[in-house]
Amino acid sequence: MKLITAIVKPYRLDAVKTALQELGVQGLTVTEASGYGRQRGHTEVYRGAEYRVDLVPKARIEVVVEDAVADEVIDAIVSAAQTGKIGDGKVWAVPVETVVRVRTGERGPDAL
Amino acid sequence: MTLAAARIDTGDTAWLLAATALVLLMTPGLALFYGGMVRAKSVLNMLMMSFVSIALVTVVWLVAGYSLAFGDDAFAGLVGGLGQSGMSGLGPGSVHGSVPTLLFAAFQLTFAIVTAALISGAVADRAKFSAWLVFVPVWTLLVYVPVSHWVWGPGGWIVDRLGALDFAGGLPVEITSGASGLALCLVLGPRLGFKRDAMRPHNLPMVILGAGLLWFGWFGFNAGSALGANGLAAAAFLNTLAAGCTGLLGWLVVEQRRDGHPTTLGAASGAVAGLVAITPSCGTVSLLGALVVGLAAGVVCSYAVSWKFRLNYDDSLDVVGVHLVGGVIGTLLIGLFAERAMTGGAEGLFYGGGLVPLGRQLLAVVAVAVYAFGVTYGLGRLLDRVMGFRASEEQEHTGLDLTVHAETAYDHGVLGHGAPVSHSVPAGSAQKVKAQP
Repeated sequence: MKLITAIVKPYRLDAVKTALQELGVQGLTVTEASGYGRQRGHTEVYRGAEYRVDLVPKARIEVVVEDAVADEVIDAIVSAAQTGKIGDGKVWAVPVETVVRVRTGERGPDAL
Repeated sequence: MTLAAARIDTGDTAWLLAATALVLLMTPGLALFYGGMVRAKSVLNMLMMSFVSIALVTVVWLVAGYSLAFGDDAFAGLVGGLGQSGMSGLGPGSVHGSVPTLLFAAFQLTFAIVTAALISGAVADRAKFSAWLVFVPVWTLLVYVPVSHWVWGPGGWIVDRLGALDFAGGLPVEITSGASGLALCLVLGPRLGFKRDAMRPHNLPMVILGAGLLWFGWFGFNAGSALGANGLAAAAFLNTLAAGCTGLLGWLVVEQRRDGHPTTLGAASGAVAGLVAITPSCGTVSLLGALVVGLAAGVVCSYAVSWKFRLNYDDSLDVVGVHLVGGVIGTLLIGLFAERAMTGGAEGLFYGGGLVPLGRQLLAVVAVAVYAFGVTYGLGRLLDRVMGFRASEEQEHTGLDLTVHAETAYDHGVLGHGAPVSHSVPAGSAQKVKAQP
């Protein structure tokens, strides 16, 4: 199993969700996040004073899937989140040792 | 103000009752205006500095302030006597012009309240609340009261002797608060992280709401200063509307050209700058003059607020840039735009009055600004030495709301924040609750 984490622009969240549902991914977790990549945030102006805001609002999506579909899921997220403009985000995957469904106690791929 | 009637006029009284309530609303409006501009961790403290001023100034005004400001002149046009301390000798039958004296005292009281509250913008986020509680009544007696006697008191040296003009309080309200704000922010020093951290307004809709309430109240402030329901009140009312609008537009034009964006904070600030500037001049200039006064304030003040970064003083919410600069603009422009039709005599430079009126306005501005700055600086230093005027570093970092008031304005979390550690339920009542099914 793999944990796939994606940091995307918040307004692309719906598109990513739809793409994952079409792939048959059962569930996901979304967190409001903030951070920056190479573009380093944006500028705001208050009474003429400019403030450099480094941390930009992002959506963090986490989903655990079976190894066999991991690449397909990553591709789906990337194509749904991509706008081609700076700040589109990152996606990464890490191996997962165990998953337990709290309600039933099932373990492993059955718990997904 | 004219004292000829000496008989209560119900129309005038009705209007002044309404105007007094309008001006009182300016202080909670100011609290929201300022509260939205500070960071979320200190918004309650900011609101409290305005709100508590209502209580502090009211008490000190009724005890001694009114008499010292509006009692018969006691010394050379500088201060009134103590004959009406505690409002003694004044009752429902006392008359000031065509309105009850008690109403006139209440109307003037609301000016004193908002003036003291205005200063808090300069020391936002870092003043010790206990020191503020001492500062406000002492400052009101030492600065606001004498200056309002100079301008409005019987025999006051600025209006009655020098002949300068100030309709609704550019000198006692705007210039004293602006100059005093500058003095206090020098006493306290800059906020931690000044020029390094982004100190963004935490709630701009609240700023707009506050500015709107200020504007609403300002009609009572300026049109009420006619002290009657008459044509002069109407003219002051319309001038107030006009100057707020050109102030707003002027600030936005500067922002668009300088920064590339017209902002909500700029719109709110520009309207307030225009209103500040028209305060002294609303009863002396024509509508055209009012449009120019507001525009000048909007444009100049939008540049003036950046002084603090260049000159390295931390006037948190730009009391100097908006109130001192706006007040100076409005007071000086009377010397150019005063019209006989409004003043009943005096004329400014553009209407054939020559340079003398401008000189009088300038002298009044300098005298009031220097006096307010000097006395406030001395008072601030004294309070700082005796009890400390600045919050501790930890309080400032954590936020004054939690550390001083034991409250926070917002609860954004989805996680709980624990059970009460104590409550005021009488001892033994927990037992009773337990016994119930």
